[in-house]
Amino acid sequence: MDITEVPVSPDKKGKKKKNKKPKKTSVSQEGNGESSGVEKMEEDVKMEKSEAAESAFPPTFSVSEIKNKQRRHLMFMKFKQEKRKQKMQLKKKKKKEREALGDKAPPKEVPKTIENQRVYDETTVDPEDEEVAFDEGTDEFSAYFNGLTNPKVLITTSDRPRGRTVRFCEQLATVIPNAHVYYRRGLALKRVIPQCVARNFTYLMVINEDRKVPNGLVLCHLPDGPTAHFKVSSVRLRKEMRRRGKDPTEHSPEVILNNFSTRLGHSIGRLFAALFPQDPQFVGRQVATFHNQRDFIFFRFHRYIFKNEKKVGIQELGPRFTLKLRSLQKGTFDSKFGEYEWVLKRHEMDACRRKFQL
Amino acid sequence: MGDTSRLCSVWLGSETGILKGVSLSRKQAFNFCNTSHLSRDQEVRTLCWGDPAESELLVGSVDGTVKTFSTEKGAFTETRRCGDPSEGCFTGLATLDGSALITCVECGTLRVWREDSSEPVTELDAGKNVCRMRQSPAHRHKVATGGKENGLKIWDLEKPEKPVFTSKNLRDDWLDLRRPQWVRDMAFIPDSDKVVTCTGYHQVHVFDPSSPQRRPVLEAEYGEYPLTALSLPAGGNTVVVGNTHGQIALLDLRKGLVRGCLKGLAGGVRGLQCHPSQPLVASCGLDRFLRIHSLEDRKLQHKVYLKSRLNCILLSSRDLEDVGGAKGKGGSQEVKEEEEGEEGEEDEVWDTMERLEEKPKRKNPEEEEEEEEEDGEEQKKKSKKKRKKGQD
Repeated sequence: MDITEVPVSPDKKGKKKKNKKPKKTSVSQEGNGESSGVEKMEEDVKMEKSEAAESAFPPTFSVSEIKNKQRRHLMFMKFKQEKRKQKMQLKKKKKKEREALGDKAPPKEVPKTIENQRVYDETTVDPEDEEVAFDEGTDEFSAYFNGLTNPKVLITTSDRPRGRTVRFCEQLATVIPNAHVYYRRGLALKRVIPQCVARNFTYLMVINEDRKVPNGLVLCHLPDGPTAHFKVSSVRLRKEMRRRGKDPTEHSPEVILNNFSTRLGHSIGRLFAALFPQDPQFVGRQVATFHNQRDFIFFRFHRYIFKNEKKVGIQELGPRFTLKLRSLQKGTFDSKFGEYEWVLKRHEMDACRRKFQL
Repeated sequence: MGDTSRLCSVWLGSETGILKGVSLSRKQAFNFCNTSHLSRDQEVRTLCWGDPAESELLVGSVDGTVKTFSTEKGAFTETRRCGDPSEGCFTGLATLDGSALITCVECGTLRVWREDSSEPVTELDAGKNVCRMRQSPAHRHKVATGGKENGLKIWDLEKPEKPVFTSKNLRDDWLDLRRPQWVRDMAFIPDSDKVVTCTGYHQVHVFDPSSPQRRPVLEAEYGEYPLTALSLPAGGNTVVVGNTHGQIALLDLRKGLVRGCLKGLAGGVRGLQCHPSQPLVASCGLDRFLRIHSLEDRKLQHKVYLKSRLNCILLSSRDLEDVGGAKGKGGSQEVKEEEEGEEGEEDEVWDTMERLEEKPKRKNPEEEEEEEEEDGEEQKKKSKKKRKKGQD
């Protein structure tokens, strides 16, 4: 066994000269299964003895050069344990130093997160910018924001919806005040839109379904407003929510829009805001939140109660879903001939991990 | 105000009614507004140069007024009422012999206005739903119009009764159904009679009025979305088109193949223009950015955020990155003199360099021969080397 072990340890270190004896290595591999425990001990011994010899090996050696998967795995595990040990030692040292210094210790470093490292977007809206304020003041939503119209939403789906989508639509209709659900009888949207305008609807919401699950949302602001197309994911209906409260009441909820900072984000934020009536009924204590993080918009619907001045309790009611904007088209729904204000081009825009559009 | 307007080499009109000038050398954008308060009525629809010296800009707005902006003074000098807003927005603006103005609106009425009178001198009807009117750079009295279900028509303003050339629609398709036509933009190809048009059905057509064929001479397709803007680079044989999805492509007009795409735009292209002398193309669109790409390597050179949606673009003929301006002139002259001095010195250096380089040029073919023969026997190579050393 001793004679065969000599080629074993240099094999592990990747020396190709010793590989000229395949028979002996195969014998030793068969022996591995039987006496693996013993071999490991001997390997460890060999490792310790040859640590001095290892330093003579070229420093560009890496674990990935070992062809044997089991040995490579073992080496890698050891490598990781070493690293973890070193990291823990470093941490302990730093903590001791910090305690030793006491007040004079330098402030804790802020960890880097993707939100921290976000590339500055030049279209970020400055609140004092007059031109943008004028643009927003006279855009398609101005009628709503000046109090001239009240939202009236028509919710429908793609043709022949399945149970989940139907229930999702019904729950959405309870969340959004003045919303009506209609069955889509295979009608073309371009024909539905003039009829909606005639009946004073302000929004058309079409939930697209694929394989019995809602996966897309087309939100069209009606007189001649922009049309946004979103990808919907992670839909949780009321039944699936944990610790949920009773069903939402008819009161208009408050709306929270988080983190829509760029010009495109502002347009989308206004699109969501115009879905709900302008005056929320605080009696109802309900709030709908659209939270934008890393270009994903998370929708949540809660009921809150103030226990005292500083403590609030919240109960999640209603459906929750995430949206990702795929395109924003100027004008009502016309996917073929409409002009797009923004289109998601994945290969160009998603190339940088720290750059976001909304 | 005058200083800033003299620096600008790119002019853009926006939906909020603001005329924007961009100076690329200074990387700054300036807003020029007519009135103190903005309004959507003033939305700029077309821009054109008022005179060949490019000292005046004509701005056509949605409410039917044409304003003159002087780049020297940096302010709007006069306003003219050239039509009703009920007729539609301006689809084309051009100047004729300095004082006359040609306007075309969406309902099809093409008018020629003189400076003094408020009534048009010539008026003709170019059909309904006109999308664009363009003037031929070679023959200033020839204009082309086209629109939705309104094919390309070339008019001669001296004979306004009938168009000089009316295009015919494409042949019926394989189901014998009539093909819809929607001309969005057109351009006159220099040094010939031909006209290139781009359509809302993602086609590019080339028409030749001098040939008896009234149908397009060349048909090319690009993408799946309506093409909204078109421009001809100075080189010839190529055309740059942009569509509603923000895709800009270079098409070759000899065969109709796509040469390459310019990337970066996220919104529909509203205005495209190629620089008359430099290989650059400027694009503006609904995503509120001005982008300048180089035509040779198709890379983005400049990107400027302008806060409103942009409708039209106009480039000045001078060098885009030229410093320009009165203040810059003295400095630039000094710089030029220095450059000339440096160039003179460099010329001398290069002359001497050339003389030296002639010898290595002679050696190169010899070295190549030697390398080829190295594959052969080594002895022969050694002997040849010895011989050549003797020659030197």
